[in-house]
Amino acid sequence: MRALDHKRWRDFWKMRGQVLAIGLVIAAGIAIYVMSLSTLDSLTFTRQTYYRDYRFADIFVSLKRAPLSLKERLQSIPGVAQLRTRVVAAANLTVSGFNEPISGHLISSPSTGTASLNSLYLRQGRLVDPDRDDEVVICEAFAMAHAFTLGDTLAATINGRRKTLRIVGVALSPEFVYQLQSGSLFPDFKRYGILWMGRKALATAYDMDGAFNDLLVKLATGARPEEVIERLDQLLEPYGGLGAYGRKEQVSHRYLSEEFRQLEQMATIYPTIFLGVAAFLLQVVISRLITTEREQVAILKAFGYYDRAIALHYLKLVLMIVAVGVGAGLVAGYWLGRNMSELYMDYYRFPFLIYFLHPRIVLFAVGVSLAAAGLGAGGALRRVIKLAPAVAMRPEPPATYRPSWPERLGLKTFFSQPTRMIIRHLGRRPFKAILSVVGIALACAILMVGSIFQDAIDYIVEVQFGLAQREDLTVTFVEPSAYRALLSLQRLPGVDHGEPFRAVPVRLRFRQRHYLTAIVGMPEENVLHRLLDEDLKPLVPPEAGIVLTDQLGHILKVKPGERLTVEVLEGKRPHRQVTVAALTKEFIGVSAYMDLASLNRLMREDNLISGAYLAVDEPHLTSIYSALNEMPRVAGTVARRHAITSFYETMAEQMLVFTLFVIFFAGVIAFGVVYNSARITLSERARELASLRILGFRRFEIAYILLGELAILTLVAIPLGFLLGYGLCAYIIYYLQTDLYRIPLMVEPGTYAFAATVIILATVLSAGLVGWRVHRLDLIAVLKTRE
Amino acid sequence: MVETGEVVFAVTGLSKVYDMGEIQVRALSGVDLTLSAGELIVLLGPSGSGKSTLLNILGGLDHPSAGYFSYRGRDLTTATDRELTDFRRYHVGFVFQFYNLIPSLTARENVAAVTEIAKQPMTPEEALALVGLEERLDHFPAQLSGGEQQRVAIARAIAKNPAVLLCDEPTGSLDSKTGSVVLAVLEKINQELGTTTVLITHNVVIAAMADRVIKLADGRVVGIERSIERLAARDLKW
Ligand SMILES: Nc1ncnc2c1ncn2[C@@H]1O[C@H](COP(=O)(O)OP(=O)(O)O)[C@@H](O)[C@H]1O
Ligand SMILES: [Mg+2]
Repeated sequence: MRALDHKRWRDFWKMRGQVLAIGLVIAAGIAIYVMSLSTLDSLTFTRQTYYRDYRFADIFVSLKRAPLSLKERLQSIPGVAQLRTRVVAAANLTVSGFNEPISGHLISSPSTGTASLNSLYLRQGRLVDPDRDDEVVICEAFAMAHAFTLGDTLAATINGRRKTLRIVGVALSPEFVYQLQSGSLFPDFKRYGILWMGRKALATAYDMDGAFNDLLVKLATGARPEEVIERLDQLLEPYGGLGAYGRKEQVSHRYLSEEFRQLEQMATIYPTIFLGVAAFLLQVVISRLITTEREQVAILKAFGYYDRAIALHYLKLVLMIVAVGVGAGLVAGYWLGRNMSELYMDYYRFPFLIYFLHPRIVLFAVGVSLAAAGLGAGGALRRVIKLAPAVAMRPEPPATYRPSWPERLGLKTFFSQPTRMIIRHLGRRPFKAILSVVGIALACAILMVGSIFQDAIDYIVEVQFGLAQREDLTVTFVEPSAYRALLSLQRLPGVDHGEPFRAVPVRLRFRQRHYLTAIVGMPEENVLHRLLDEDLKPLVPPEAGIVLTDQLGHILKVKPGERLTVEVLEGKRPHRQVTVAALTKEFIGVSAYMDLASLNRLMREDNLISGAYLAVDEPHLTSIYSALNEMPRVAGTVARRHAITSFYETMAEQMLVFTLFVIFFAGVIAFGVVYNSARITLSERARELASLRILGFRRFEIAYILLGELAILTLVAIPLGFLLGYGLCAYIIYYLQTDLYRIPLMVEPGTYAFAATVIILATVLSAGLVGWRVHRLDLIAVLKTRE
Repeated sequence: MVETGEVVFAVTGLSKVYDMGEIQVRALSGVDLTLSAGELIVLLGPSGSGKSTLLNILGGLDHPSAGYFSYRGRDLTTATDRELTDFRRYHVGFVFQFYNLIPSLTARENVAAVTEIAKQPMTPEEALALVGLEERLDHFPAQLSGGEQQRVAIARAIAKNPAVLLCDEPTGSLDSKTGSVVLAVLEKINQELGTTTVLITHNVVIAAMADRVIKLADGRVVGIERSIERLAARDLKW
């Protein structure tokens, strides 16, 4: 081996602590990058394959009822490649041993063979026999939540009639990768099930013989979806069409796309921070190394080593450090990516996962790390090359110190000599000190991001369920019913209070923008289910005008006082001009609200209601559930609170994993920065500190000089970290806003405390490691070496 | 090998000014010199008189501010950095006052660092044997005494069989006994290999081993003396 290679390996070994610290920071950045992008790649590819092989539709539309004979006219719309008509219905399900209401979403299975569009991936069993009316295929998530096996039965109240259904198959569908009941916050696999039944059986039960109420469309290549949607809406208008929409608005697809966007976000923000910090650490460490070795560099030059050879020597050292980080990062990233993708499989119901790590990701990761290393070490290397050998041979002049500004301000008397040494040392290279502070602050910021989701969800639940939706149960009727239907609910034993609501599907139009949603009508007297204004005060829908959620106002770009067009999609389908009265604050969904009486007037209808919000006595719940189940009018019952608790239970585990993950990575940065800073201070000042020891200073006094500096850096960094953290949270939250949900920016005091605690622990840990070195400071050796 | 008597370095009107911003330090002003092949020359002068500056310029480590100097007829004043590097690489060996060994390399590896890039070097072992360190091949600098470290430095300087050996106070930080050992090695190299050797010292006694003594003061040559009789290094006492 060449002599310089020996030197490099020995230098490398000597600085192994720092190599490890920097390597870890690089590894963390690369791991997050590889993990998020490989997960994104794999899920995207999995979704694409799934959609293609199981023929996921392009356009979706629900309607009230249309004869099958309409199919031909629909088929002839230019741009339509394929059609599938279905019967879809809601039902109440009962599973023995589970006493809560379960909402079922029933879909017709094709009468022969596999479906032309949105076909099923059969996990177990078989498709239903078209001639039988008691067979059902259920979705896998629901099957798993209740541990169903083939042959098990469950009861469904279909159009008021109770029916026992036997499970013959377990399946997945591309339209339910993300299974969220409309109006729900979170997926609830126990209380929401998707069932596929024979078309004939379902049609008979819902009076849909020879008819359909749901349509799937596959577009021809090159077709313009907007045009097809417009034509579909025109044709379906007389049949109670509820407005066609594309994949972009299909719930499952939309959630997935959102998730993908988040992954992409993660693959950008975090690696940037980590590699930035790594570049900084490399810069500090290599600069320091080259400064220490300037005489050795001069000697090599004196003996005729070319600048290039010397630069290459240090460059190789940098590459070795980077290689450690990148290698570890790639392995960890691959492993984490694989596990993360599998974790996603619990949440997103794909039938299979095609995990792979594309070489482009690896190349990019390596490239970016090298760029960061070049950025960090480049300046220091250039200095080596520029150094004239004769100049380098002379020892570096003693560092120039100046009284620090606190001293110059006359605070001198407050400081002991060691304290002055700390302050002057920091003041000598303020830029380096500032970068260290920024590095630690970034770690602190990342830690804060780790908890904002928890804080946000807590806040959403608190506001949404504590202040706005305070009902225990939401009961929905099969059809808009007369007001007295409410009385039958109020009369049930155990029901303390019941209030009505009316939901009308509409398309809202303002200027060229439009949005499909529902207007919910509520009487003024409602106390359970309320709207909230900007300050979370209850907001009563005025007698005239419409209230929009702030998000809907934002989408339509409409302000209170302006008039928009309401196109009702049910009943007589009137079109009306309505003034926007106010905006209400909501985190989930995009709805509009009106006073119940005015809504009914707008509809030209009598006092109709779509359902009711109930407050009930806990002990009576079971009997209430079974009573509701017996009522033919009731289409579904949702118990909010149970959904929340079950969500929290599943979330808690994921959150714990995620939080530990973030703590570890942020800890890596904090440790990397603090440890390096301390190590370099130690090497810069070893002589000085050893001299002090010889003059009779005690070890802890020496440690104070060294660690005092760390303490100051950390204490300055934490408040800055709070600021950066808040900014980073705001940035991330800003990018996560969708019409599906708005995540509020909530940073709880506990989040600050948590971040600060982890940073302080990381500081103490690295201080301990460096302190151990001070303890072993070899006085003679230090004094013998010439600086 | 260079023929005895051939002019190795020709120096005329050489000056060096260090620009320190407000003040300018004149380290050399108008130095004229000729050094011949095979000579052992001692540069003598008080501290700060410009000895190191002169040696560094001769060795191609630094550029003069004015004047002219050549190495065996080749003008080095206008040489590029690359040419100076090659000049050092193939023709010059340096020995410095503070040894300047690379601490993370053993004695053998320190020498190898130079032989690896030379044209017709000795092996590191041969070079170390010449300075009497054949037993210390795998010791790190920190495990060697000052005199031993300086001998490693000499071995490193001579290992490539340089035409010129430039030594800046090689005994400056050694005691007299160790100093004589180091000087004896230099003397031996000069006599056996015919290496033109320039040796800086502010110690008058050492001058006695030179063929010629060049005295510097305030950046000027104030005297050149040719010795009638060279004393053997081991007979020097200080
Ligand atoms: N790099 C430098 N920058 C400024 N002044 C220098 C530098 N090198 C040497 N000098 C000055 O030049 C003069 C001659 O220095 P030097 O050649 O080292 O003297 P000597 O080796 O004879 O002791 C001294 O006054 C010294 O301070
Ligand atoms: Mg000198």
